[in-house]
Amino acid sequence: MPEMTYRDALNLALKEEMRRDPSVVIWGEDVALYEGSFKVTRGLLAEFGEERVKDTPISENTIVGVAAGAAMGGLRPVAELMTVNFALLAMDQIINHVTKIRYMFGGQVTLPLVIRAPGGGGSQLAAQHSQSLETYFMHAPGMYVAVPATAADAKGLLKSAIRDDNPVMFLEHELLYNSKGEVPDDPEFVIPLGRADVKRAGKDVTIVAYSRMTILALQAAEELEKEGISCEVVDLRTLTPLDEETFVESAKRTGRAVVVEECWRSAGLGGHLAAIIAEECFDRLLAPVRRVSGLDVPMPYSRKLERLCIPQVEGIAAAVRETLSGKY
Amino acid sequence: MESKLRAILPDAELLKMYEQMVLAREFEESCAEQYTKGHITGFLHLYSGQEAVAVGATAALHRDDYILSAYREHAQAIVRGAEPRRVMAELFGKATGLCKGKGGSMHLFSPELSFMGGYAIVGGQFPIAVGLAFAATYRKEDRIAACFFGDGAVNQGTFHESLNWARLWELPVLFVCENNFYGIGTSVARASALSDIHRRTCGYDIPSVRVDGMDVVAVHEAVKRGAEWVREQSRPYLIEAMTYRFRGHSMADPGKYRSLAEVELWKARDPIPNFAKRLVEEGIATEAQLSGIRQQALVTVADAVAFAEESPWPEDDEVYRDIYV
Ligand SMILES: Cc1ncc(C[n+]2csc(CCOP(=O)(O)OP(=O)(O)O)c2C)c(N)n1
Ligand SMILES: [Mg+2]
Repeated sequence: MPEMTYRDALNLALKEEMRRDPSVVIWGEDVALYEGSFKVTRGLLAEFGEERVKDTPISENTIVGVAAGAAMGGLRPVAELMTVNFALLAMDQIINHVTKIRYMFGGQVTLPLVIRAPGGGGSQLAAQHSQSLETYFMHAPGMYVAVPATAADAKGLLKSAIRDDNPVMFLEHELLYNSKGEVPDDPEFVIPLGRADVKRAGKDVTIVAYSRMTILALQAAEELEKEGISCEVVDLRTLTPLDEETFVESAKRTGRAVVVEECWRSAGLGGHLAAIIAEECFDRLLAPVRRVSGLDVPMPYSRKLERLCIPQVEGIAAAVRETLSGKY
Repeated sequence: MESKLRAILPDAELLKMYEQMVLAREFEESCAEQYTKGHITGFLHLYSGQEAVAVGATAALHRDDYILSAYREHAQAIVRGAEPRRVMAELFGKATGLCKGKGGSMHLFSPELSFMGGYAIVGGQFPIAVGLAFAATYRKEDRIAACFFGDGAVNQGTFHESLNWARLWELPVLFVCENNFYGIGTSVARASALSDIHRRTCGYDIPSVRVDGMDVVAVHEAVKRGAEWVREQSRPYLIEAMTYRFRGHSMADPGKYRSLAEVELWKARDPIPNFAKRLVEEGIATEAQLSGIRQQALVTVADAVAFAEESPWPEDDEVYRDIYV
């Protein structure tokens, strides 16, 4: 299996799907001539031309709305939002339109569209460019939400997302673009939406994570191994559909769970996961479910302060030790 | 006397437009009654007074052209060919409704008719119309997208973003503004810095025209010319139809923001009796014929109500269907 970056894996997924299906079209701010602000769309304009790879005005709501209309008209658009922060300008089309159209029109239409958006913190981009908004999208039924952590998952999930007849919000992590991993080069390699992946098997504690938090959880598990603590790391891969079965089964087996979320704790993903684990595993739990979350603050710029706001390996390890300490 | 109308359209088409306006009016009047009886609930925005716009425009479009509208869209759907029965059933929230009772009054939709929906977020339909026009162009289909909207919608960002986009990508979108002078209770003058809505396209290099929206033939001609231009040039065009709604914004609106005199002035311009008068004067139809058309519309509407009443409610498990494919 060739090794490649998360960025190149996404790029390859786009190319393969565009070669496979002429109804796949791509647009977004600076995606064509400039080849994407994170270069995920590198080489696409050259290979597929102006008809299929299109720069757009800086009009996020309309980027999404035009994609919705094009999807209703028989295409499979992949719209890129330059970063997820700008998705907030498109929330009307995403939440009021994309997630509602099929349902309110009685199932008479499908919206096979993908909205790609890089996001997450850790690059010192301050409060308006560092957000983790995953819960905003998973809160509304009517759309899938993908959050790949590895290069292989990035490729397999994006290909599934493009082939799927439902709208998919595809959230990429900016700090993962340069991460490398083995990626199957089979153009038919896909990863089904809605299936979590046990990235590391273990018996003492279940860590549930997604996107970059999975990578940190794996590092924490590595550290804890040295202390004789065996962690199971469940990578959700998609938040909608949410593969409850996999992490619930794991938590029942280990009796302890730590959930890691990059987003804010208030009304966050961790609370939702912890509630599911509490409801489903109450009599099997040996300790309260712990949450490791982004701090409830707007992201500060300073490196020293920013680090405090994003879950770190030490914090995850500490939470795991706590669930094993017998002191709550 | 030489018929001016006949020089524009054949008798059958003129009568068809009359018939559609009457059906639309009677349908809406019946909706009001059913709302009062509690059979129709939720928001109900009636189209009475604006019929010439939907009817004249739809008749001038090709059958495959996409039509999108806002939430005041019963007439748009029916004129496009939606069965009045299934529209009424939708308003009743019944399983036999156009959208299985899941959309209601504001969300009619019928892909077979290329009727691509009623949208209740003001301005929400603009980008979707642009996207449909893009898909049609990309797939080399001979169809344009006609996007209807109110005077209130032109101050949404999506209006400006979509005009710019449609012109930039050279997409066949016909924007049709139904200027009924009010967005709920706020007049155009109180909401728009430039009240001449059709002039607002100059920033996007999009041609536009203003037309009398109470005259079905004038609307027909303007839309025919506009749609032809859009089709030939593959570029957007905007029509501002000056019209008026005879009823409140919705059933909940007593209409205190406009004077009785103003309403009466516009009612004197009612597109239906005025068109009837011309049809008779120009010898295209007799009074008896027109009253027969009205009787037939009443029968159709009564049948639609009976159908809606007798139709079953949706099954409970419908609640989870159609969220995902
Ligand atoms: C985004 C948004 N803001 C506000 C509303 C509430 N609202 C519903 S209709 C309306 C007025 C719209 O007026 P206009 O576009 O002129 O259409 P008309 O009702 O006259 O047909 C408003 C403010 C809404 N539905 N959506
Ligand atoms: Mg209005």
